[in-house]
Amino acid sequence: AGGMFLRLLSDVRWRAVNRKWRGMTCSQRSTSSTAEPHPVSLPAKAQVVICGGGIMGTSVAYHLSKMGWKDIVLLEQGRLAAGTTRFCAGIVSTARHVSIELKMADYSNKLYQQLEQETGVKTGYMKTGSISLAQTQDRLISLKRIASSLNVMGIPCEIITPKQVAQLHPLINIHDLVGAMYVPEDALVSSANVSLALATAASRNGVQIHERTSVSHVSVQKGRVTGVETDRGQIQCQYFVNCAGQWAYELGHSGEEPVNIPLHACEHFYLLTHPLKEPLASSLPTIVDPDGRIYIRNWQGGILSGGFEKNPKPLFTEGRNQLEIQNLQEDWDHFEPLLSALLRRMPDLEALQIMQLVNCPESFTPDMRCIMGESPTVRGYFVLAGMNSAGISYGGGAGKYLAEWMVNGYPSENVWPLDLKRFGTLQSSRTFLRHRVMEVMPLMCDLKVPRWDFQTGRQLRTSPLYDRLDAQGARWMEKHGFERVKYFVPPGKDLLDLDQSKTFYKPDWFDIVGSEVKCCKEAVCVIDMSSFTKFEISSTGDQALESLQYLFSNDLDVPVGHVVHTGMLNEKGGYENDCSIARLSKRSFFMISPTDQQVHCWAWLKNRLPDDSNLTMEDVTWKYTALNLIGPRAVDVLSELSYAPITPEHFPSLFCKEMSVGYANGIRVMSITHTGEPGFMLYIPIEYALHVYNEVMNMGQKYGIRNAGYYALRSLRIEKFFAFWGQDLDAFTTPMECGREFQVKLDKGMQFVGQEALLEQKQNGVYKRFTMFILEDHDTDMDLWPWWGEPIFRNGRYVGKTTSSAYSYTLERHVCLGFVQHFDEKTGEELVVTTDFINQGEYEIDIAGQRFQAKAKLYPFSSLFTHRRRKDEVELSGYQRE
Amino acid sequence: FYLTPPQVNSILKANEYSFKVPEFDGKNVSSVLGFDSNQLPANAPIEDRRSAATCLQTRGMLLGVFDGHAGCACAQAVSERLFYYIAVSLLPHETLLEIENAVESGRALLPILQWHKHPNDYFSKEASKLYFNSLRTYWQELIDLNSGETTDVKEALINAFKRLDNDISLEAQVGDPNSFLNYLVLRVAFSGATACVAHVDGVDLHIANTGDSRAMLGVQEEDGSWSAVNLSYDHNAQNEHEVERVKMEHPKSEEKSLVKQDRLLGLLMPFRAFGDVKFKWSIELQKRVVESGPDQLNDNEYTKFIPPNYHTPPYLTAEPEVIHHKLRPQDKFLVLATDGLWETMHRQDVARIVGEYLTGVHHQQPIAVGGYKVTLGQMHGLLTERRARISSVFEDQNAATHLIRHAVGNNEFGTVDHERLSKMLSLPEELARMYRDDITIIVVQFNSHVIGACQNDE
Repeated sequence: AGGMFLRLLSDVRWRAVNRKWRGMTCSQRSTSSTAEPHPVSLPAKAQVVICGGGIMGTSVAYHLSKMGWKDIVLLEQGRLAAGTTRFCAGIVSTARHVSIELKMADYSNKLYQQLEQETGVKTGYMKTGSISLAQTQDRLISLKRIASSLNVMGIPCEIITPKQVAQLHPLINIHDLVGAMYVPEDALVSSANVSLALATAASRNGVQIHERTSVSHVSVQKGRVTGVETDRGQIQCQYFVNCAGQWAYELGHSGEEPVNIPLHACEHFYLLTHPLKEPLASSLPTIVDPDGRIYIRNWQGGILSGGFEKNPKPLFTEGRNQLEIQNLQEDWDHFEPLLSALLRRMPDLEALQIMQLVNCPESFTPDMRCIMGESPTVRGYFVLAGMNSAGISYGGGAGKYLAEWMVNGYPSENVWPLDLKRFGTLQSSRTFLRHRVMEVMPLMCDLKVPRWDFQTGRQLRTSPLYDRLDAQGARWMEKHGFERVKYFVPPGKDLLDLDQSKTFYKPDWFDIVGSEVKCCKEAVCVIDMSSFTKFEISSTGDQALESLQYLFSNDLDVPVGHVVHTGMLNEKGGYENDCSIARLSKRSFFMISPTDQQVHCWAWLKNRLPDDSNLTMEDVTWKYTALNLIGPRAVDVLSELSYAPITPEHFPSLFCKEMSVGYANGIRVMSITHTGEPGFMLYIPIEYALHVYNEVMNMGQKYGIRNAGYYALRSLRIEKFFAFWGQDLDAFTTPMECGREFQVKLDKGMQFVGQEALLEQKQNGVYKRFTMFILEDHDTDMDLWPWWGEPIFRNGRYVGKTTSSAYSYTLERHVCLGFVQHFDEKTGEELVVTTDFINQGEYEIDIAGQRFQAKAKLYPFSSLFTHRRRKDEVELSGYQRE
Repeated sequence: FYLTPPQVNSILKANEYSFKVPEFDGKNVSSVLGFDSNQLPANAPIEDRRSAATCLQTRGMLLGVFDGHAGCACAQAVSERLFYYIAVSLLPHETLLEIENAVESGRALLPILQWHKHPNDYFSKEASKLYFNSLRTYWQELIDLNSGETTDVKEALINAFKRLDNDISLEAQVGDPNSFLNYLVLRVAFSGATACVAHVDGVDLHIANTGDSRAMLGVQEEDGSWSAVNLSYDHNAQNEHEVERVKMEHPKSEEKSLVKQDRLLGLLMPFRAFGDVKFKWSIELQKRVVESGPDQLNDNEYTKFIPPNYHTPPYLTAEPEVIHHKLRPQDKFLVLATDGLWETMHRQDVARIVGEYLTGVHHQQPIAVGGYKVTLGQMHGLLTERRARISSVFEDQNAATHLIRHAVGNNEFGTVDHERLSKMLSLPEELARMYRDDITIIVVQFNSHVIGACQNDE
């Protein structure tokens, strides 16, 4: 999807600069279904309207039509593939950090490879391979981690020496390299032509394509898409797909019901040169030099080289207007650092003649991941945009997943990391986006290390205790805009500054978190967990109970005052959410979900709760401050503050009671923690937060109370084998697969979502099993630390990946959690995973190419549960979220 | 032997001073945003002085640079005293009365000036009583003269300059019982100083100049480029009007001997100055004062030496030439500097360098390859060179320091050459004066918004 302005600009430029390129990109224009001027008028009705004729829009159209949907109209304001798609460098690279992105890129590569044969449109596909260079050991570790992921996916890939680099590419200066990663199947394409090929195929399948038609707004009725308004008339439709690229944000806001699509454009520059004296072979591998922030590919005998500078230039913050086109000019001074990096990498290019510096705006998102999925507020409104300059690599796969989403209700892979619903209105401020993308764009080339936090757009949502905790040495991370404490730096102790603290090894906070963990185990700690999403659902009659019983897998018809851990499952039995629900009264429930569930869970419930004015749901997240009192002395602190008996007889575990704490009344106290330690959650109306905190800290002094943060919490929950939604659990994981059968009441006397799928699994067995691994020969001080996404090997064969890991201060070992699958040795077919299969294997975890022995366990160490108050407590609290 | 960049910086920044006008002082919004000043000595000790102060009983701000010769005593005295004379000249009758009454009855005095001083800018403690008495005599006369008319700034500046020079002359003639002070007032009178002073009040900018320091306005044109407007005339042999004036004031018979080798009486470069009684007093008066003066003075060959062709004194005056300028929004800054700067840099370059420094924008034409044949290597060289030009800006937090860096370190291409800068700054004391003069610079930055608003009000 691209602006017409861009197109006009590009035509003038490209014609002047290079006829050959232009001829190539446009040679297939006649095959495109539309010629100008518009010979066909717009249809009055269609099932799907796609806005944007770039790689995303055409890919969605292509895949929808392949899946059998035919009644599709694709609208492009300018001409097909004329925006960012036309300008982009055309590199298809599978070297990605996030597994879902890697899968999309791999699919795209395979799709593009056969596209010319399928459509007859020349795509310029050339399998050149790519070489990612490492100038530092840390970079090499990062590449090795990607290589491990690629290898287990069956994508050829190897770590090579600088000498091998020199053999693969004649121009590279290798003197400052420590190694590289070679991916031989990565490719180059003419991106505009790939898009045209997809359009051609789609149009043969019946998709109607209309150029020079812009969408002015999307009509919505009763929360559903009903049609679009264009400059050439109206089209009624059931589905709308926003593939408008860098204009997607504006388009999202143009309707009466705004759809927040948080992305922002930045200028992006690359250089084109004339051919070398001896023109470069078109099969020469693409070079990515992340430490130099550049990429270099062969282009018509010369090179094309661009990069991601440290000081990006965001644009179109105030929306689109005529004036801004003038800014899209070459900025050589801005490009200077990248040019220096290029000449350092390929000194022989000095004498090469410049053809042009291209300015190609790209859109970036707040977390460097693309945006896809259905709007949480408008049903039938789908989005695919914000590609963070990897549109060509993702285009095929992303289009496929979105098409599956629309046709089947959900994609064939877990795309939560890319789901539009991970964002809400809070990420939609233009100022926030402008600042954040200026941080995100340079990150494209920065080292991706564990536990990394964004620095911009911070301190947006905070607890009332923020300043208090900050003054006590809190170090912060952010989740869904909410500031949460990582750990507290004791007075007089200094940590490394941000840049130096980046490591794949033992981090500098190791001992700090260790002492917080110790305090949780031996005394009592306070953790501010206010970021949790909190809903109240109530009704005049039994509607609330009935609806929730249908939407949740556990039995919620419990006595008032009880707390139930339960999954919110989809039809396949997979976790859409994992939450705790307290029954406040016969007719009202208090639901606590992970922080980043605020938008997704709301939309899920809203779409499924009956439309009944007697049934109300309210988001009360902002109303309560949540303090977690954790540790064996929590009970003492609380009983002294409330003058109420807190003994197990009066306050059994998984219980909820309103009581007074200090002077403050109406504090909702629940006997749950999220780590398996004894303790309480206090839900405090925000105006009492400071008072209660002060009381707790004063009273707790004699019990050795101290503040703790999420890193301690994380270590505690992982060593006890607690899974957490969004990291370990996703829409493709069922309770049966993660040892949570006890949270499913198949016989609760009424139907619930996912029941059938679970019954089937109960009968037939599961195909993957959540397993805990204790690293055996791993040296915490000297070895690379596990993170997540490490391949798991059983008897030398790949069986799955880790989903989270932490150092257990109690076991003094690293613990990794992950899923084990069983692939048939010959056919690769997935087989049922049995307890025996898990128990009878020798396991290894691959951390950046180095394998560590690991012991697999299906149940946590009972010795870790210091405090056992009810027989089944271990199991019942076997639940965690972060 | 080379100085490292940090060493160079510590030398350049030793005397830098910045003052930012508080944005909301509760009274009025100032047309001055603030100023940066700095000095680089060539003489040891430096003979330049600088002053800056806010008038407290009237509106406005005073800034000045003073270039001393034949020692620093006169420049020092003028830097301490002149602004008081100006402030007093500007005061309305009632305020003068109030001040006089306070002094008379031993009450606390209304503060007249708020000084903005670098720690190295000292005031002489010993002479303060003497200076105060002279000033008091001046305001008492002003009270007696009460004309009832509101004070005209131009007139006030001229009166203050002339009165101070007169007081310097008188104090030396009368002497002081304290031998230290007696020697001091004589040194002040026998040395000399030029002065270039700005008074800014809203859109009214007055420059009073005596001698060859210079005031220059930095103007930003509509296309963003910078140009310079002179707000003072140099009083030296290069100024025809000035030569004309001197000739008019003396008999035709002296015409040939008045200006020789571009110097007044073949000796003095500036044609107007404070002090320098050797060019003002009669021969008899000079002889009497020197003979009755302390031994140090008597033994000094310079003071005893009478200029040749000395027939009709005075040959020199401290009366300033005053230029009034109404500030416009495009007037972004004012540079006051002693001749040490103007000897090395053209005013147009000064305007550009300061303008680009203050706006942070480097008006370098963007590069476009267009149809030219440019190689990557050539482009890289060009870009690196452009970058170097920009990066020298960011070393400095002070516009005056930045200007000095250019004045001393510029190569033939107009960019700062570290090697040259290092050489110039590491010259031994006795050689330094051969290659460069003392440099003193004040850069005053204006608030275009306030100026624009004032303009609209008028």
